[in-house]
Amino acid sequence: MRNKVDYSQFPDDTGHFGRYGGRFVAETLMEALHELNEAWRTYRNDPEFLVELDTDLARYVGRPTPLYHAERWSRRLGGAQIYLKREDLNHTGAHKINNTVGQALLAKRMGKTRLIAETGAGQHGVASATVAARLGMECVVYMGVEDIKRQALNVYRMRLLGATVQPVNAGSRTLKDALNEALRDWVANVDDTFYMIGTVAGPHPYPLMVREFQAVIGREAREQMLTDHGCLPDALVACVGGGSNAIGLFHPFLNDSEVAIYGVEAAGSGIETGRHAATLCAGQPGVLHGNRTYLLNDADGQIVETHSVSAGLDYPGVGPEHAWLKDIGRARYVAVTDEEALRGFHDLTRTEGIIPALESSHALAYVTKLAPTMRPDQRIVVNLSGRGDKDIYTVAALEGIQL
Amino acid sequence: MNRITRRFQALRRTGRKALIPYITAGDPRPELTVPMLHALVEAGADIIELGVPFSDPMADGPVIQQACERALAQGMSLRRVLDLVRDFRRTDGETPLVLMGYLNPIERMGYDAFVAGARDAGVDGVLTVDLPPEEAAELAGPLDAAGVAPIFLLAPTSSGERIRRIAQLARGYLYYVSLKGVTGSAALNVAEVADKLAAIRTHTDLPLGVGFGIKDPPTAAAIAEVADAVVVGSALVAKMGELADNPERMRREVAALLTAMRQALDRVRAPAALTD
Repeated sequence: MRNKVDYSQFPDDTGHFGRYGGRFVAETLMEALHELNEAWRTYRNDPEFLVELDTDLARYVGRPTPLYHAERWSRRLGGAQIYLKREDLNHTGAHKINNTVGQALLAKRMGKTRLIAETGAGQHGVASATVAARLGMECVVYMGVEDIKRQALNVYRMRLLGATVQPVNAGSRTLKDALNEALRDWVANVDDTFYMIGTVAGPHPYPLMVREFQAVIGREAREQMLTDHGCLPDALVACVGGGSNAIGLFHPFLNDSEVAIYGVEAAGSGIETGRHAATLCAGQPGVLHGNRTYLLNDADGQIVETHSVSAGLDYPGVGPEHAWLKDIGRARYVAVTDEEALRGFHDLTRTEGIIPALESSHALAYVTKLAPTMRPDQRIVVNLSGRGDKDIYTVAALEGIQL
Repeated sequence: MNRITRRFQALRRTGRKALIPYITAGDPRPELTVPMLHALVEAGADIIELGVPFSDPMADGPVIQQACERALAQGMSLRRVLDLVRDFRRTDGETPLVLMGYLNPIERMGYDAFVAGARDAGVDGVLTVDLPPEEAAELAGPLDAAGVAPIFLLAPTSSGERIRRIAQLARGYLYYVSLKGVTGSAALNVAEVADKLAAIRTHTDLPLGVGFGIKDPPTAAAIAEVADAVVVGSALVAKMGELADNPERMRREVAALLTAMRQALDRVRAPAALTD
């Protein structure tokens, strides 16, 4: 039998979650990471910083977000009661802004004047451009040319907000390549530039720092459940690409061993087809983008192209804390296909009048499998990480409709 | 004794500086790599850094990124790079070869298998770009034990404490990244490099190589005034990319560029008045 793990003690001082995480970057970035880590350690418990963060989250982002009981959908599924954590109601329409508001406050205190970011679906890019506009900082968002084609709406939003969208033509021309390019920019412009990573991946302290900014989701959900029902939920469900919305919901519950935790990856056309982005379900441990974690790579260790209907889950790595939670069995990771996710998208839209993001629809699709196996007096909290407006072109195109 | 150390000792005896060209294995085509290595030796290379292509070369600029893409499109892999080294060693038992690449292909092969494979193929050093000293013990120890030098980067931003720590793990030589940026970046500041190298020398006796941003013979000569070795990568690789369709001319022109650098380097030890 294993000793009880205190999850709040991870990562360790060097950024490790068990064998995962760490800092795997060229020497040219080590000093910048050291500087960032020092700033983070200084401000993470600084009362003034925390008040400013909380004020921004309340008045600019719109927190706390509701925990909504999806009664009609719960009845229809005929099992557990389903509660949606409404991150889709945040300013800019997804959980991403929780993190960029926090990192921007840190950037400001560090005296940086230029923000850079990578983006896949464009949600983190929009959230970055948004905070940059608000602080009057220059903002450059790196985005793969394939994603620029798929996400024209978000590209335009970023430009409206005054950001430069820098097309990335290298490699597979998607999120992973945008991240490489942002790291290259950072190496060259370390003095005035702050790199805002959008997920719980990258070299230490990013997985820790982004988790702490996103953990507001789980802290609120935990308090809302206790206030409304006097007990904790029986299960948590969230989609996992890089895994920031999921870790944000999961982390405040990790020490509550009675709460079951499910992370839902993108099985794309099906894991057996090879066209998917289910890193934890089908990958192996390796090193990419500054951390050791599960990866989708070939037998020679080259990173492979991923596929998902949802650009936000289309990433061949995953946050190192998820890799660790998988190995020690604290969370279960499952995958649903594009088709199942689309069904989840339509179900929620028609049953509850809420159009979810395709990313979040993966979590919803798994709930349709999980809820019927549970009793009606049990409760599931699912992270509705973003709204689906950005995806209506994709959904319409799949149905042969031209908008 | 490791070939790298032997080579630096020989250079030191004759007062010369080491010239270290870099090419990416398998670029533009796998069958051209070994002939290119021999051509580099003939043109005056003292040590060769052979790039192991990776799908996500985050510390490299566009020139070497594209070289990686060309090589990977031809099916190049770490396993096949070791085959190329073995092939090269059949006719060259003297020139030190250093593999330069990223960690994930080594992780996937497994450290034990990689260390044994590198030693048996005739690799003399391994520079893993995304493996800083904090994470390196598990690989650097076995490499060293197998007689393969773990080679590390130093940056303009590396503190004295880091330099000491890196120098403890490093063997062969230290590779000083001469500017803030990726491979193939803009011009470097020779005076700054000189200052930093002097600071590094207070912490270590290892030979110091300088790379990133050395594009032409005059810069190579200027750096050779202050360093023990000059690394030239993107300038050669760019030429290989341009002339990929004409292997004969590619080999000739790349060799000519390296020869020019060799001559510039060898003038360094002579008094300025005599080279006028």
